Amino acid sequence: MQIRRQSFLALGGLAAGTTLLAACGGEEAGGGAGGASDAGGASDAGGAAEGGEEGAPARADADLVIWTDAEKAASLEEPAAAWGEANGLTVAVQTVAEDLQGNFITANQAGNGPDMIVAAHDWIGNMVQNGSISPVQLPGSAADSLAPIGLEAVTYNGQTYGVPYAVETLVLFANNALTDVPEPATVEEMVAAAEAGGAENPLSLPVGEQGDAYHMEPFYTSGGGYLFGKDSEGNFDPSDVGVGQEGSITAAEKIAELGEAGVLSTSITGDNAISLFTDGKAAYLVSGPWAIENIRTAELDFSMSAIPGFEGLDPAVPFAGVNAFYVAAGGKNPAFAQQFATAVASSPDIAEQMFPKNELPPVNLALQEKLAGEFPEVIKIAELAESAEAMPAIPEMAAIWQPLGQAEANIVGGADPEDTMVSAGEEITSQIG
Amino acid sequence: MSSTHAPAHRDRTTTIGAVLVRVLFLGAVLAVVAFTVPLMIQLQQWMWLAVTVLSAVAIFVLYSTKRFVPGKYLFPGTFFLVVFLITPIILTVGYSLTNFGDGTRGTKEQAIDSIIANSVQQTEDSTWYNMAVGTKGDPVEGPFTLFLVDPETGTVHRGDETTSLEEVPADEVTVTSGFVTEAEGYTILDARQVNAAYDALQQLAVPISDTSAVRVQGANQAFEGTTVLSYDEATDTITDSRTGEEYTVGKIGDTKYFVNSSGERAFGQSWLQNVGLNNYERLFTNGNIAGQFAAAFVWTLVFALGSVLATFVVGFALALILNDPRMRGRRLYRSILLMPYAVPGFISLLVWSNFYNRDFGLINETLGLHLDWLGDPTLAKAAVLLTNLWMGFPYMFIVSTGALQAIPSDMTEAARMDGASRLQTTVKVVTPLLLVAVAPLLVASFAFNFNNFNAIQLLTEGGPFLAGEYTRGGTDILISMIYRIAFGGSGADFGFASAVSVVLFALTGVLAAIQFRFTNILEDVN
Repeated sequence: MQIRRQSFLALGGLAAGTTLLAACGGEEAGGGAGGASDAGGASDAGGAAEGGEEGAPARADADLVIWTDAEKAASLEEPAAAWGEANGLTVAVQTVAEDLQGNFITANQAGNGPDMIVAAHDWIGNMVQNGSISPVQLPGSAADSLAPIGLEAVTYNGQTYGVPYAVETLVLFANNALTDVPEPATVEEMVAAAEAGGAENPLSLPVGEQGDAYHMEPFYTSGGGYLFGKDSEGNFDPSDVGVGQEGSITAAEKIAELGEAGVLSTSITGDNAISLFTDGKAAYLVSGPWAIENIRTAELDFSMSAIPGFEGLDPAVPFAGVNAFYVAAGGKNPAFAQQFATAVASSPDIAEQMFPKNELPPVNLALQEKLAGEFPEVIKIAELAESAEAMPAIPEMAAIWQPLGQAEANIVGGADPEDTMVSAGEEITSQIG
Repeated sequence: MSSTHAPAHRDRTTTIGAVLVRVLFLGAVLAVVAFTVPLMIQLQQWMWLAVTVLSAVAIFVLYSTKRFVPGKYLFPGTFFLVVFLITPIILTVGYSLTNFGDGTRGTKEQAIDSIIANSVQQTEDSTWYNMAVGTKGDPVEGPFTLFLVDPETGTVHRGDETTSLEEVPADEVTVTSGFVTEAEGYTILDARQVNAAYDALQQLAVPISDTSAVRVQGANQAFEGTTVLSYDEATDTITDSRTGEEYTVGKIGDTKYFVNSSGERAFGQSWLQNVGLNNYERLFTNGNIAGQFAAAFVWTLVFALGSVLATFVVGFALALILNDPRMRGRRLYRSILLMPYAVPGFISLLVWSNFYNRDFGLINETLGLHLDWLGDPTLAKAAVLLTNLWMGFPYMFIVSTGALQAIPSDMTEAARMDGASRLQTTVKVVTPLLLVAVAPLLVASFAFNFNNFNAIQLLTEGGPFLAGEYTRGGTDILISMIYRIAFGGSGADFGFASAVSVVLFALTGVLAAIQFRFTNILEDVN
C-alpha cells in the first residue's frame, strides 16, 4: 500500500496533494476557520480508523461490481462492460481513491462490498487473515500461459487467491548522454561511469528523510539482506526477521559508503527522483514502469537494464509487484465474480484491452510477445521482473517498511550502519510481537 | 384560526396546523422505528435496538401529550448528546478492551468458514467442465444436479451430492455451444439463478473418489478438487485430511488462534476477543513511551504557543499598518496578504516541504545555504514554525483588522488629545482593547494547533527520526506521534488505537479544563 502511494507521489506530488485535499476537504474546512475542535485528537484518530465509511462508494447496483483505484478503473471499465454484455450481465467498475484495501475489508465485512477487487498482490496476506477474499482456481492452461512470477505472487500458503494480469518491478534507466555504460554490471562501474560522464548526480534513487525500503531493496539484497526467512514449504516465516542479520549489515555498510560518496542522498525523494533524471541532472535512475511516460515525454536517449549489485556480492534483486483480480468473500454475486476471474485467467483478451489506458507490463506470455514490437520498454520490464522476487504478501510485511526505510535513510545520512540496522531489526521484531 | 392573544399559560386550544405537524412527526418516528427494528434484530445489534426503542418511547411520551413541557425542550439536546458524543466514547472505551483489528474483525464462525473454504485444492490434472445446474425442485433450495460437458471430448455427465458422475444418454439432453441447455425432467437454472443459489452450490461436491469431488467454479464452470480441511464442532478442532494433522484452539500473545501440535499458529484468521487492559499495558510499557509522551507534550505546547504568538504578532502588525489611512493601495496589499489563506493548506504544505529540500529546495538555493532543514531536529522545528506562520498569519490579520474597526476612533483620538504618542496609543489603548476581543480566538487557535495533525504530517511526517528512534520524530506533536503508534505499525489495530484515543481524550480533557479557566479569567477582566 505504502509503495503504491509512493509511486503515485513520483508521478506528481501535486496530484497526490489534490487527492488528499479531495479526500479530506471536509476536515480542512473546519480547521481552516481556526475553529477549536475540542476532542480533535480522539476524533482524528477515530476518523482514520473508521476511514472505511468515508472513502468507500456505495455499492453499485449491477450483476458484477468491481472496486479498484482510479488508474485501473479507467482501463478496466470498457473491457469489463464488453465482457458483461457478451454474457448478458451488467458490470459496474467503481473507483476507490483512498485506502482501497481498508475500505474493501470493512465493506466486505459489513456485507455491502463489491464482488471483486483489482489490486497489488502484497495485500493478499492481510485480506486472507480478514477473510475478505475467496480462493480462485486457475484452469490448468493458465499455468503455461502466465509468467511464473505472476503465479508465484498470487499463491499464498499453497493456495491461489487471485488472477494476475500485470507486473511491476524496478529497473535501472541510464541517460545515454551522460554515461558511456548503458548497462553497468556493478554499482561501482555505474558510479565510475556516471562520474566520468560529468553528471551532477550519479544516481537518482528516492531515499527521502524517511527512507524508501522498496527502492532500496536491490541494494539491500545485493549485500545479502533478506526480510523474512522461509520454512520448509517455502512460505515466509515471520519469526525469522532478516533485518539486523549479517547480510543486512553488509548491505548497510555498502549503503553507507554510497551515502558518503554522495551517490545516495536523503534530498532525493519520491517527488523529485524522476524529474532529476528527465532534467538531465542524473546519469542513472532506479524506477519502475510508471517512470517510462515521463522519460519518453522528455525525449531522452535512454537505456534500460537490470539494477546492478555490488562488486563481489550477491546480485541485486528488486521486488516485483503483481496486479491481480480477487473475488470478494462477502460479495453478493460470487458466481459472476468467479466467472469473470476464470475469463481473465483463460485468455489475455481482457488484459490486452486494459493495456492502452494503463501501460503496465503484462504477465500473459502471449500478450508480452504481441506487444513487444510496439512497446519494447514496457515488455523489457516484464522480462526483468522474471528475476525479481515477488514482494512478500504476509501481513507482517506492514511492520517492515517504516523501520527498515528509516534505518536506511539514516545510514545514507551518516548514521552507524551496524547499530542502526540492528536497532531496526529489534523494532520490527517488537512490532510483530 | 389561531387566536392572536393566546394565553401564555394552560392553553387548551390546539390549532390544526400544530396537530398535523405533531402527527406527521410522530408518524415519521414510527415509520423509522418500524423500518429499523427488524433490521437491527437481523443484525443482532441489541444495544442500538434498545437505544432506538427507548428514544421512540420517549418521543411518544413527550410529544403526544401536553405534559412534560420542560422535557420537550430538553429531549433533543440530550438525545444528540447521547447518540453523537457519549455513545462514541463508550464504544471507544469498549473497543480499547478488545483486540479488534486486522485478522480479528469477525466471529469465530467466520474465521472457521474462511479457513475451510480456503483449503479447496484442484487435483493433479484436474478436468475443467462446462457446467449447467439442473434441479427437480426449487431453483433456490435445490436439490441440484450438475450437468457437465467435458469441453475436449464433448461427453455429457450428470451427478449430484450423493450420486457420483454418470454419463448421460445423448437423447436426454440438448447441448448448445458446449453447455447443457435442456435436460429431460430437470429445470436448468440460468446464470442469475445459479448466482442466487451459489452458497448452496459451493457446498455441493459431486463425489468422484474418496478424496476428490467435482466443485462449482463461477456460474458455468466446474473442476475436480478436494477440500483439505474440515472442522469438528464437538472437539473444536480442524483436521487436515491429507496429513491427518489436527489443529486446536490455542493462545498466542493476547489472541486465540488455531494452532498445530507444537503450539504454533497454523492460520492467520482469528476472531474478536476481549483482552482486558492489555492494550493499555502495551501502550505504557512499549519502548519507554511515557518518556516519549512527555517529550512530545513539551514540543506540542511550544509548537502551539509559538504558532499562535508568531501568527498573531505578524498578523496584528500588518493589520495595524494596513489600517493606517495614509497607506496607499491598501486593498491590493490586503488581497495579496490573503493569498496563503486562499491556497488550500494541503497543497501549500506539500510545496513547502519541497522548499526545505537540502540540495534542491528553493530556500537553500535562493539563499545559497546548505542547511539540512528536514534532517536536523532543531532546524526541522524551525521549519515547522516558519511554515505554520505562513499558513496562519492571514487568519490573524483578518481577525485583527476586523477587531480594529470595532475600536471607536474617538478613543484613540482622545488618547492623542491627552498627549499620548502614536506608539503609546497603540500599545496602551488599542492593543488591550483588541486583546479583549481577540483573546478567545487566540485560545481557540491554540487548541487548534495543539492537534494540528496536517501541519506536521504533510510537512515533515514527524521527522527527522534520528538513528534508532522509531516512536517519536523531532517534530512529532502528540497527535502525529499517537497516529503513528496506532496506525504506523503492523496494519490496522483498532483495539490498540482506541486505547490510545482514550488516553489522548483524557489529556485533551485536562487541557480543555485549563483553557476554560483561562477564558473565564479573560471574561472577568472584561
